[in-house]
Formats: sequence, structure tokens, C-alpha cells
Amino acid sequence: MIAKPKSKPLKKTLPLLILAGPGLLYFLINSYFPMFGVFIAFKDVNYAKGIFGSDWIGFKNFTFLFQTSDAWIMTRNTLLYNLAFIALGTIVSILIAILMSELLNKLYSKLFMTGLILPNLISMVVLSLLVFAFLNADSGFVNHSILRPLGIPEINWYSEAKYWPYLLVLIQIWKTAGYGSIIYFASIAGIDKSIYESAKIDGAGKLKQIRMITLPLLKPTIIVLVLMSMGRIFNSDFGLFYQVPMNSGALYSTTQTIDTYVYRALMQLNDIGMSAAAGLYQSLVGFALVLTVNAIVKKVNPENALF
Amino acid sequence: MIQTRGERTFTVFSAVVMFLLTVFAFLPFLLIVIASFTDETTLIRNGYSFFPEHTSLEAYRYIKSSAYIFIRAYGVSFLVTILGTAIGLLITSMLAYPMSRSDFKYHNVLAFVVFFTMLFSGGIVPSYIMWTQYFHIKNTMWALILPNLLANGFNVLLVRNYFKNNVPLEIIEAAQIDGASELRTFFRIMLPLSMPVMATVGMFMGLAYWNDWINALYFVSKPQLYGIQNLLMQLMSNIQFLNSGQAGNVLGAESVSLPSTAVRMAMAVLGIVPVLFVLPFMQKYLTRGVIIGAVKG
Repeated sequence: MIAKPKSKPLKKTLPLLILAGPGLLYFLINSYFPMFGVFIAFKDVNYAKGIFGSDWIGFKNFTFLFQTSDAWIMTRNTLLYNLAFIALGTIVSILIAILMSELLNKLYSKLFMTGLILPNLISMVVLSLLVFAFLNADSGFVNHSILRPLGIPEINWYSEAKYWPYLLVLIQIWKTAGYGSIIYFASIAGIDKSIYESAKIDGAGKLKQIRMITLPLLKPTIIVLVLMSMGRIFNSDFGLFYQVPMNSGALYSTTQTIDTYVYRALMQLNDIGMSAAAGLYQSLVGFALVLTVNAIVKKVNPENALF
Repeated sequence: MIQTRGERTFTVFSAVVMFLLTVFAFLPFLLIVIASFTDETTLIRNGYSFFPEHTSLEAYRYIKSSAYIFIRAYGVSFLVTILGTAIGLLITSMLAYPMSRSDFKYHNVLAFVVFFTMLFSGGIVPSYIMWTQYFHIKNTMWALILPNLLANGFNVLLVRNYFKNNVPLEIIEAAQIDGASELRTFFRIMLPLSMPVMATVGMFMGLAYWNDWINALYFVSKPQLYGIQNLLMQLMSNIQFLNSGQAGNVLGAESVSLPSTAVRMAMAVLGIVPVLFVLPFMQKYLTRGVIIGAVKG
């Protein structure tokens, strides 16, 4: 009689815990172990002594990192690119979603949608090849078929840093806008058609309907998606900033982000301390941002808070 | 529905703009497909063009002549994609199932354990050191499967939400009253009822594996373990490497000429082809998948 109530819950929970086991183990190894590895940023790593045996050096890695101009450049680039991506990406995605929802022919809208999400499905390696086909100095499409016939001097794209902010924003929008429009498209499809009907009876034209009905009803979705991307503003797509500019050193001033810096410091400069410091800087600021954003979402729209 | 004239104009306008946008999204692909069929001298002289002077199958003939390299890379990519997706889907859904059971004592604890990994990470450096120094995955097939991708918190929560919202607890209880064990309930009832989300998440995972090149960049230096993306990357970004003697080791000592621009473009085309097969399914499930995914964790 005493044993029974105890054994029953165990009998119920044990199989479920076993099912969860492999996944939990994976997260433990892949995500939690490295979290305890953040102390590497405070050490002078020496493989001969081992990670645990290496000497503590306090905040020296951070001091060195923030004394370089790299720290400022990568922080600025990461933030500004993300702001541009969020602002333009949102606008273009909403535009596509609205136009798409106007198409009455289902076959067309399917066809267009398929065409527009294709760029999102290719790898960064293939994407960088596409870009290379357009921009390389000798035979690129832009130099050869656009600039030359127009009599404009050809541009050596992969060594001129000033063009890359525009190029990377354009490339990112090209790759992601179609995919990003899906959720707005679905929200518009969910709007009650009778609202539009009654607006029509009141004499509202299409543009007015969009301004007075579609956009206001999309507002909660827009706010939540924008805030959520704000939470990730300290992260960048490593592939976009490393692979697409072909890791060209001449472009670092406008293409270096925290992610590419961490990679270079770790793999190319072998500076483990500095890269660990940059990585921790990114994680901590990112974490703080996510918490802040969640607090804001909670105020704006409690339904959509992450946690 | 009767359309006024203004509305009809707007519909036509939408169709035209959408058409132009789709063409804009599609043109770069067309350019590399055409480039892969362009004669190399034409490419060098006239540059990339949508209307090349001379076409040629040379690039594809070259690929055929050193087929084993490409077949090996394709093989690595397919193997990693299939294995990674299968294992990933299995452990993702097995973890998501207990999390979806509100009558399970620890379901919130599990959810938090998974969710927290989306908020904070140790960064790349500790991960890199752990995988290379303690698990020794460098230059093994595991390096392409294990780090970063296998299961991530977002996928787990997505599946959890689907389980929770689409399969009523009553069905599970009924099955268990009939004597089904938890394992049986999961495999015979939960999974069959959840095929849409499994397809969606499987597709996300499969695409991520097929397109991945970062794991190999960090952990693999043996060309034999290169998938199609890394082979492409190597051919593309490192022309100096190709011009040095080492190229022979990778591309076969007998390779007469270095892979040309057209060959790189042909390989990019070959890298995209499998993605094109996924596209129709993607189209079908994507909207649903994205919407499920947007539901909070």
C-alpha cells in the first residue's frame, strides 16, 4: 500500500524519460557543455597545458579585443546590416504578400511563390557563385554586359569595400524576401473578406483598403516579427559575410561581422583567446537583447511573448 | 466577385509586378545554367551572357571525365543528408513527445532545457574545442552530422507545438487504456497522426544538411570527405590551389586541364538540382510549417 503510489508515477514517467533521453543527451553535449566553456575567454589557452591547466588572465583577452579597430568595425557592421535587413526585408516582404494576395489565379500565385522562395533554398556557396557570375572583374555580367556597353568604367567589385553595403543588402533581400513574405501572406489570407466587401460598398478603392484594412490588421504580426529579429541583431549569417565576398581582405572594413571575426581569429589567426572573447561578447549581448525584446513584446502583445 | 475598373487595374498591376519580381529572382539561376553550357573561350572573351555566341557541352564532359570525384562528393552529401535527417527527425520527435504531454510531470522542465539553448550559447570557440579535443570528430563523417545541425531547439518546439495542438490527449489516453505502452503510443499513434509536421521539419533538416558547408570548413580537411558544397567551394575560391601541384590529388592526377569557369557553373547547377526536386513539396508544406513555427514556443 505504501509502495504503490510511488511506483505508479515512475512507471508512467520512466518510458517518457527514456524517449526524451537521446535528444536531451544531444542538447547536453552540443549546447550545455560549451556554455561551461565560456571561461576559455578568461584564459591564456595553451594546448600543452590543456584547457583546464592554462593560466587565468582575467579580462586581458577582452582588453586586447576592444583595443583593436576590429571590435568597433565588426560591431558597427553587424548592427547596421541587421537594421537594414530588418527594415527593407519587412517592407519588401509585406509588399510581395499584398501583391500576391491580389492575384485571383491560384496557378499564377503558386508559380510566383515557387519562383520567389527558390533563392532561399540554395546554399551560400552556390549563392556566392551566382554573385561571382555577376560581379567578377574579368568576365562578370555587370562589368561586361552593363557597364562596358554604357561606357562606364568597369569596377573591381571584390576589392572595393564601398559598394558592399549596398550589394550585401540587395543580395540578402533577393535571397530572403520571398520566403519572408509567406507569413504575411498567410496573415492576409486569414483576414475576413467581408471587411473588404463593406469597405468597397463605402466606396474605398484598393489602395485605401490596403492602407485602412490590410496594414492595420497586419500590424501585430509586423511588430512581433520585427521585435523577434531585433533579438537576433547581434548575430549575422556567417555564410553571407564570409562566402559571398569571397573572404576578400580588401573588403573587411564593410564585410567583417562578429561571426566572421570569430571564425578568422580562431581558424586563421589561431588566436583562441581573442575569438573566445568576441564569441562571449556576442552571446552575452545577444542574450540581454533577447530578454529585453521579450519584455517589450510582453508589453505590446502578451499573446506573442516568447516566454 | 464583380470587380470595379480600379480593382481590375490593381489586379493586373499586381500580376505584372509579381511576374517581374519572379523573373528577377530567377535570372541569376538562368545565367549560371547558360554559363555552364557556354564555350570557355566565349566566356573569357565576352563574359557571362544570357545569349552566348558559342555553346558547348565541354563543362559537363569534363565532369563526366573525372566523374568519380563528383560522384564521391554527391555520395557524401546524400549520405550525410539522409543519415542526418533520419537521426535528427527521430530524436527531435522523441524529445518533443514527452514535452507535448501535459500530464507528464517534467514536460515544462524539458521545454525549458531545450528553449534555453535558443537564448544563450557558449559560442563557437568552446564548441570547436570540445568537438575537436574531447570528441575527436575532426576529419570523420561525424563532423558533418553532429555539430550545430542534428537537432535544434526551434525544430523541437515546432514539433512539440504540433503534437500538442493537433493530437488530443484523449486519443493517447484511450490507446493506453487499451494497453498500449508509451513507446507504442508514440510510434503507432503520435507519429502517423503527425506526418505533415514531420515532412516540414524533415525538409528543413534535409535542406540544411544538403546546403551545409560550414561544418566541413571547421572540421574537415580531407577532400575525400567533401560534400558537393565543399567541393564547389574549393574549386571556386581557391584558384591558386588549383594552379598549384596539389590540385592533382583532388581532381585526379590525369586531369588534363584545370576546371574552367564553365565547370564551376556546371557544378553549381548540379548542386541545385536536388533542391529543385524538393521545391514542389516545399511549396505544399511551407505555409503550414512557417505558421506552426511562428506559434510561440
